[in-house]
Amino acid sequence: MINEIKILHDHGIQYVKDLRNAILTPLFRGRPIISGSVTEADAASLEAMCPSGAITAVPLTLDLGKCVFCRECEFAFPHAVRFTNDYHIAASRREDLVVRAGEDRPITVDTTLLRKKVRKLLGPSLKLRQVSAAGDNSCEMELNASGNVNFDMGRMGIEFVASPRHADGIVITGPISKNMAEALQICYEATPEPKIVVLVGSDAISGGLYANSPALDRSFLERYHVDLYVPGNPAHPLTFINGLMDLLGIEDRK
Amino acid sequence: MHENHQYLRVGGNPVVVDLAAIPVLDYGRFYSQTSHILRNPDCRCVAYFAKPTSTTLDFFMAISDERNDILLYRHQCEQTQELEALTAQLPAMHIYEREIAERYGVTFSNHPWLKPVRYPYNRVASEWMDSYPFYKIDSTELHEVGVGPIHAGVIEPGHFRFICNGEKVLHLEIQLGYQHRGVETLLADGSSTLRKMIISENIAGDSAVSHGLAFALCAEALADVAIHPQLALERVIAQEMERIAVHIGDTAALCGDVAYQLGLVVCEALRTVMINTTQFWCGNRFGKGLIRPAGTHYPITAEVKAEVVKNLTKVRKEYLQLTETLFGLPSVLARFEGIGELTTEQVRGIGAVGMAARMANLERDVRRSNPYLAYAFFEHQPVVKDGGDVMARAELRSEEVAQSIDRILQMLDGVDFDVKAATPNFSLQYRPNALVLSLVEGWRGEICHAAITDGSGAIAHYKVKDPSFHNWFALALAVRNQEISDFPICNKSFNLSYCGNDL
Ligand code: SF4
Repeated sequence: MINEIKILHDHGIQYVKDLRNAILTPLFRGRPIISGSVTEADAASLEAMCPSGAITAVPLTLDLGKCVFCRECEFAFPHAVRFTNDYHIAASRREDLVVRAGEDRPITVDTTLLRKKVRKLLGPSLKLRQVSAAGDNSCEMELNASGNVNFDMGRMGIEFVASPRHADGIVITGPISKNMAEALQICYEATPEPKIVVLVGSDAISGGLYANSPALDRSFLERYHVDLYVPGNPAHPLTFINGLMDLLGIEDRK
Repeated sequence: MHENHQYLRVGGNPVVVDLAAIPVLDYGRFYSQTSHILRNPDCRCVAYFAKPTSTTLDFFMAISDERNDILLYRHQCEQTQELEALTAQLPAMHIYEREIAERYGVTFSNHPWLKPVRYPYNRVASEWMDSYPFYKIDSTELHEVGVGPIHAGVIEPGHFRFICNGEKVLHLEIQLGYQHRGVETLLADGSSTLRKMIISENIAGDSAVSHGLAFALCAEALADVAIHPQLALERVIAQEMERIAVHIGDTAALCGDVAYQLGLVVCEALRTVMINTTQFWCGNRFGKGLIRPAGTHYPITAEVKAEVVKNLTKVRKEYLQLTETLFGLPSVLARFEGIGELTTEQVRGIGAVGMAARMANLERDVRRSNPYLAYAFFEHQPVVKDGGDVMARAELRSEEVAQSIDRILQMLDGVDFDVKAATPNFSLQYRPNALVLSLVEGWRGEICHAAITDGSGAIAHYKVKDPSFHNWFALALAVRNQEISDFPICNKSFNLSYCGNDL
């Protein structure tokens, strides 16, 4: 018992107090900024070197839904691309994930997009069923971490649940393999209406590195509306939690 | 070894050889030679895979022998040919033969368990996930329990089928393949070295450093690039940090399973300290981006060194304080001791590697047997336990955390880290018509990457082996005769990889 009291004492306070404004280490790869004065030749080289096809040369853009945050574009062309540690990169519109050259604009969730009915029903709490569909388990670990003693998203009323029948929506990670397509569909159908769909990680959003792999079946995403895109490789817990808080309008960002 | 044996013996790790130098045996010879060599308990098969040529299949065998050299030899056959299964004599070979049969349609006669491994999209067989041939027992006394593919938590998918007598598990069968995303094909598709590097570090997120390293070692060996000794040291530090973080996270999960809340939250927080240290170093909590061929973007600076030393010192003290208390709690011991027990014979028989072997008194550790990078500079003494149960696996983690932290602090102490690091090189020219193989001890155990280049030096075939490939069978055996309620803790005590298996 004495041991445990000592451990508890040494353990101290662990939770991140301000989930909105916590600051990550400078090297963390969050929202990138592309310079407005990149030559055509450099833009073409950037497009050619990007391993995930996230960069398009004309006009020069970087799609966070495809980016695997390797930062190699910045190492190769430091004058053209710079990654900031801004982790507020979730969006409710797919096109809002596309960063344009010469723009330094925060990425935001458009709360008006969440269907009224869903919003009214959900109120301030959210129960989610997670489906891992051929990801590398790093996004899954970060989702678990979102509920841990540090990030504790449970304090917002957001939780993962064991059964889709208890859920208000599903969170998908991974590029969606053929082998998981049916299980995902069944899980979706078992979740009561109205429900939200959240995609976490570049793999889920665009297929990521596996976009052209014949082992995938992403037809699920053609059938259903996606309410939130959370980019990253993996998505950081703060990106995920802030995205959901924005979506639900839990508290305004200062 | 037998004087009539025909193989190419190569020392070191990674190894790279010309294809033409690897002797080709007829199958009868291959069979008898393999059975003879692998009967020696000091020898283990590290890779056995087939590569299709235009008309035939080319089979490559790599064995680590008692001198810790790699023995290489091969055989060739038609896809339709029926081969005598090595598994009948050597159960540990089961998974290699199953994989080859599933992918290419080779029939292995007398194979006792020729079942699908991962349902790759390009397999020859047409069976689907739903048609997996589960083992059945016909009895009115027994019942079956199925879970998955989607489990109750935020966990990767797999399907587990238990056959139970009341609460007691008689048999567990694990069906995998849900995470299959075509990794091996993508690693041999003519894309850039950068892309392959990034795919490799995304094979299994919890082993990003180890799988990334296995690829980088292959690429460097194929391109004949020597790396700076400081980089060799930094990579080992990165790997040991990965090990510490996962072991602590797994300790948290084990505590959670026995409802020891204090252990759960303390270990969660300490894991966070570890992965945040990795993020401080390279910008990613899992170390993605840290390993690159021929150089690094993130050399250890004085600032990184100070942060690592500070945090590791704290983690060491607080983690050991916790585990010491944990292993003295009667309520915890009641759930850890004698649960999910495996014997040395069992783990040897199934070819278990890494942690799953060492917890049952079988020393399997590439850091010692086939040392690479800085592991060659010091004698690594693996932690080995003899209990073979959940307790042994928990203690192994705790002791390895202490060992790894001490090792890192020692390495950091001796070096100034003032050398300007080489930057990564993604335009490597690979040796044509060659085979390369690297072994890396990830926190789960032996990771093996092998690649074959064509006449132009492009990677034409790539083979990845995660330790889980061998170790899933250990979990199936561990739950036999246990209460089904002990399954979660057995599962967490191994923490095997789905994505690492499904590839
Ligand atoms: S950081 Fe993103 S955009 Fe840049 S090279 Fe990597 S994947 Fe492409």
